[in-house]
Amino acid sequence: MKLIKRYQFFLITVIITLVFLAVNRQMGIKAISITGYSFKEMALVIPPVFLLLGLLDVWVPREIMIRYMGEGSGLKGILLAILLGSAAAGPLYGAFPVAAVFMKKGVRFTNILIFIGAWSTTKIPMFLFEMSALGARFAFTRLLVDIPGIIILAYLLSSFVSKNEIDEIYKKAENL
Amino acid sequence: MSNILLYIITLMLFLISYFKDKKKTKQALIKAWKSFENILPEFLGVIMLVGILLSVLNPQVISKIIGKESGWLGVILSGIVGAITLIPGFVAFPTAAMLLKNGAGYMQIGAFVSTLMMVGVVTMPVETKYFGKKLTLLRNVLAFLFSFIVAYIIGKVVG
Repeated sequence: MKLIKRYQFFLITVIITLVFLAVNRQMGIKAISITGYSFKEMALVIPPVFLLLGLLDVWVPREIMIRYMGEGSGLKGILLAILLGSAAAGPLYGAFPVAAVFMKKGVRFTNILIFIGAWSTTKIPMFLFEMSALGARFAFTRLLVDIPGIIILAYLLSSFVSKNEIDEIYKKAENL
Repeated sequence: MSNILLYIITLMLFLISYFKDKKKTKQALIKAWKSFENILPEFLGVIMLVGILLSVLNPQVISKIIGKESGWLGVILSGIVGAITLIPGFVAFPTAAMLLKNGAGYMQIGAFVSTLMMVGVVTMPVETKYFGKKLTLLRNVLAFLFSFIVAYIIGKVVG
């Protein structure tokens, strides 16, 4: 019963896909083939991300993470957050588990938000792809707007939540 | 390419970890598995949802929505399309290039690419699990609005 509840969302999407398949065969097959493609992507990228997280969690002491990215890490922390996010591989949903480990290790909240922002939009492999598909002018303009944008958004976002709410989120991360 | 690198790095670090401390390495593996298993239901649901959405919103439909004369309405619509879809970059950029060729404007494509990467409506269940409802909603709304600034500047500089 508990298992069904946990997988409720997944089951609903499976049912919708089956309905698609029954109503419009072509569309249903397309949905399944796209899903299959995304599965492959997930199966490829997600395991190393979680394995690296396991290592990070066990080996890197909290004090070190706090020194480099915690409260008072200043510009160093911001730059590291951008670099780590930009060096990442994989879709955005891969960034959230990393954020959870960062929380456990005492990384400053704005730096976590900057990291998420960088992962979402300034990834280096993606940048190269963007440049070849849409041109250097397009890609560079976007990058130059995005880097300050990510930082401003991170500070803006954290100004919307209280200290208590942030503590609550950090506490929740302990159990994830 | 970057995937292979990621695997090599992971493998090397695990080997180092194993030689240094077997117990800690086992602990790392258990932690990795636990956090993966924890988020797996949301991952699976999101991936299915992406398939469903993309079977409805194909490039033909999208390029109808964001034609050259679509103006700000087209920018907003392409922003919405980008926000609800989740397409891997190496599919998204060629798609965007194709849309440009089919008559979409740079400003519209700027909004599409930006929301595509920064806003994730379908991944919200995953995000909520880590950040809670309020922050997830706020982050996505702010990123959505920010994408219009990006679109405007790209329209000015590139278009």
